[in-house]
Parts: sequence; C-alpha cells; structure tokens
Amino acid sequence: MNNNSNVYFKVINAGILCTFQDLGRFQQGSLGLTTGGPADKAAYLWANRLLNNPANSPVLELSFGGLTLVANTFTTIAITGAKALLTINGQPKENWQSHHIKPDDEINIGFASQGCRIYLAVADGFLVKQQFGSASTVVREKVGGSNGLAISAGQLLAITKTEKKPLYRLAKKDVPDYNNSLTLKMITGYQHSLFDRYEIAKFFANEYQISSQCDRMGYRLTGTSIQSKISKMFSEGICQGAVQIPPDGQPIVLSNDRQTIGGYPKIGSVLSRDLDYLMQCSQGNKVNFEPISIHCAHNILHLAKAKYQRTQLLKVAM
Amino acid sequence: MPQLALPSRKEARIEVAGEDALIIYLDDFIDNNISKEISQLENRLAEELSDCLVDLIPSYVSLLVIFDPLVSDYYAVKQSIIKHLTFDFTEAITNNNIIELPVYYSPKSGPDLKNIAKTSKLSVDEVIKIHQEKTYQVFAIGFAPGFAFLGEVDARIATPRLATPRAKVPKGSVAIADQQTAIYPEQSPGGWNLIGLCPLPLFEPNVKPHIPYQVGDSVKFTAISKARFLTLGGQL
Repeated sequence: MNNNSNVYFKVINAGILCTFQDLGRFQQGSLGLTTGGPADKAAYLWANRLLNNPANSPVLELSFGGLTLVANTFTTIAITGAKALLTINGQPKENWQSHHIKPDDEINIGFASQGCRIYLAVADGFLVKQQFGSASTVVREKVGGSNGLAISAGQLLAITKTEKKPLYRLAKKDVPDYNNSLTLKMITGYQHSLFDRYEIAKFFANEYQISSQCDRMGYRLTGTSIQSKISKMFSEGICQGAVQIPPDGQPIVLSNDRQTIGGYPKIGSVLSRDLDYLMQCSQGNKVNFEPISIHCAHNILHLAKAKYQRTQLLKVAM
Repeated sequence: MPQLALPSRKEARIEVAGEDALIIYLDDFIDNNISKEISQLENRLAEELSDCLVDLIPSYVSLLVIFDPLVSDYYAVKQSIIKHLTFDFTEAITNNNIIELPVYYSPKSGPDLKNIAKTSKLSVDEVIKIHQEKTYQVFAIGFAPGFAFLGEVDARIATPRLATPRAKVPKGSVAIADQQTAIYPEQSPGGWNLIGLCPLPLFEPNVKPHIPYQVGDSVKFTAISKARFLTLGGQL
C-alpha cells in the first residue's frame, strides 16, 4: 500500500452499504474464502475505464446511495451504475461521466431511483491494502479493504493527487437500462437433469419476485415452488450465479459474497451479464428465467467483450 | 508399507456448473481415498490449467473448476480434466498430513455434551473418549474461512443439528452435526452441537499458513485440561 494518507477523501456520510471492490479474490477457495468483487461488473468496469485506470483498480461500491465525501486534493472521479443524483458542491452533475475534483469539493450521491449499486472510481484507484490478493471487502468474512468492514463516516480514504485529465462520458445509448422486468438467461448445469421435467417447465414458465432477503451474498426469490427429488447430496463448490433450490422450493441466486460450498440442489447458473442486472434489482422486482447452453453463454460473453472494446468514450468539452 | 496404488475412478463424471465452471464428481459416495484423490487432482489441475484458472473448490466427492471463459472454453477445459482423470492413481500418496488439535472438552466449554450423552445413552466421559478415538478426514473447507468439515464421526455420538441454531457460537468451538465434526474458526451463528473448545487459531489472515489443514489431510483431537487450554491462549 502506498500510504500517502495526507491525500484523501473524508467520508461525511457512508450511506447504507459502502465497500471497496476490485475485480475480486481468486484462487483462495481452498481456504473457504469467497470471490467478492463488484456486484455489477459491467458498471464497475466502465467506472475505471472512464478514468483510463487499470481494470483492477479499487473503487467504492455503494448499495442504494447516500454517500457524501469531501476531497482535500486535485483528482478526477467517475460515477456509474444505478441512477442517483450526483452533486459536486450542490451542483447536479452527470453520471456515467468523469469529473474534476479540487480541494474542499463536496461530492454527494443521493439515493438510487433506478438500480441499486453505484460505483465511484477515482483516478489511479483508491489506495487499499490487499488481502489474499484483492482489495475487495467481504464483510461476512471480515476480509479485504477497510479492515474487512463497510466504510463508515469519519474514515479517510487514501487516493493519489493527479494532474488534470481529459474528461469522458459514455454515450446515452451505451448506458445500461436497469428496468424492472428482467429475463435471466440460465446455463442448465449442476443437478439440472435430475429435476423432474414438469418442475423444470414450471421454473421457466413462471415469474419470480425478489424477496426482502437480497444482498451481495445472494437473492432469495418467491414464486411457484420447485420440488426436487434429490433428498440428500454432499456439499459441493458453488459458482457465481448458481441457482439453489432449497427444500421450500423457492430459488436463491448466489452472487459475489456467496458461501463457497453448499448442499442444496442447483438447477443451473445465471449468465454473468444478466447477474449484473439482477444485482441492480431490489425487493419486489420481478424476474423470470430462460435456459441456455454453455456454448451459447460463451458466444454471448465473447460478443459482449468485443462490443465493450469497440465502444468509444466521448470526450467532454472542458 | 500398505498397497499405495489406487484404482482410477471409472465412475467419475464431469458436468457443466455455470458459464465459467465445470464440476468433477469422482464418485457418488465417500470412501477412505477420495479426499486424497481430490487433493491430487486439485494440484494437477492447478498446474495444467494455470493460464485460465480462476479457482478450484474441493469438497467431499467433487472438485469445482472455475475458469476464465474469455481465455479458454468448455471443450478445452474438459479435455484437460479428462487427461488427468484417466491417469492411474498409482503414485505414492505424499499428502498424508495428520494435524493434532487440542480440545478442552467440558460441559462448560461444550454446552451440548450433556445432551449428546443423554440421547446416546452414554456418559459425558464416553462421548469425549469416542470423539478422540478416530482420525478424521478433511472433506471440505467452506461455510466460513478455515471452517473444515471433518468425518466421519462414530455413529454412537452422531447427533442431528439443533432445532434452533445459536446466534453466537464461540470462536474455537468443536462441534458435531450428524456424522460430521468441525471447529468454528471465528464466532458465528451455528446449529451444530458444541462439545469443547480448541485454543489454537484456525484462520489467520495475516500469517502463513492461513489455516492448519487442507482437503485430504487428517485431523486428530486430543483432550487437554482447562489450565493447558488457558496456557495455549484459549479464552473462556
């Protein structure tokens, strides 16, 4: 850690849940450590790209909003993710764009009106001590940046003083729309073939609602109950997006801070691109599922990567 | 030395788990060798797939292989796995660590001891003795960092989970759930039956090794006195 702690943002309000996130923690599964990382990876990547940061630069992930920071240096920030009012010294500013910051500037992010995860990236990234190869904070494990805890009011978040950089924005047409109805493409995998055909048909035909139990660990859904005949199985590794069907038949989609192993049958795993959108949803939003093969999933991922690389940022007149 | 050659797993299956993951089931049941074989396979795949590997999660009868789907693909990863599954497990088992862990067993440090004794129609001392008799295999690590699922517990002291989980299980608690036993590395909620306390740290984020065991290792418990427990750094 480059502990240049005389250059920082001071946290005035930390909102509901504010954590450091980078791309995540890998190859630590044998210790029982989960991956963490940004709940909406696409929005996270854009935040760093707007500043020309390396993709793994630590950012702030804000769930639902309510953040106030005061800077003590010159830097540049970029905000992406959920729709929320951004102001700098009380002046409304555009999201999905980078902005210059000078000493004593007050940055305020209001509460999200569409989507629920907001990303604030800073030029050269937040200076965060890595643990197990990542800055990502997993509060449940008490591991990662900010001593494994959520960021709280009064904290000083170390950054780097940077020269004035050109400002960029993402074209409106390229900004994701976090609408309320979502179809989740699901790779049929794990115990999928052990579910009765009728139960599988029910699962894909019906709409599910997001319950109050939804967080970075996973989203519990409510709707038509799905029964499995799998009565007993050994706990096994859980990948990102896995859809567990516990005995009550209500699906749980597991995400970044999931437990690494579990013993419930899984009907498949949600495509990562769609999981990004699910993680922008909150209680009451409706979703349904659509089956795809792993081959189809790989095609989608490659096309999405090509589109991301091809998309040009627009220069903001200064 | 006993016979070290293990048969290759003809029952092994490779299934899709997600866009970035395949899961290998070595068998449908656990046996004496399976954790060691999974551990061997884990080491081989860590090397073989180093270009695209994201994570490997071993557990009981399976190994989850998480890869970067933008670097490799389903076919290539599956072929690499098959190559190592058809490999005959004839090499000597080098991974045979036995980790001894001290436990202060008492009704105070293990509030469910009396209940286990009552339901199994044994004395508290017999329950403590039976728990120490076996050498347990590490089948999986998960639930929380450093939480190891050990088995299998003698059927006489196997006890179902509590109907209502405790909100706070103390750090270091040694516990039983059905035929599994484990130690809670940190204070957490939990529904297992508590029989004692281990004074040693089981997850140290800033010290290597971070945890004292890995899947495929064996664990043996040894009773210690309250005084010894406190000397070793235990807290009541």
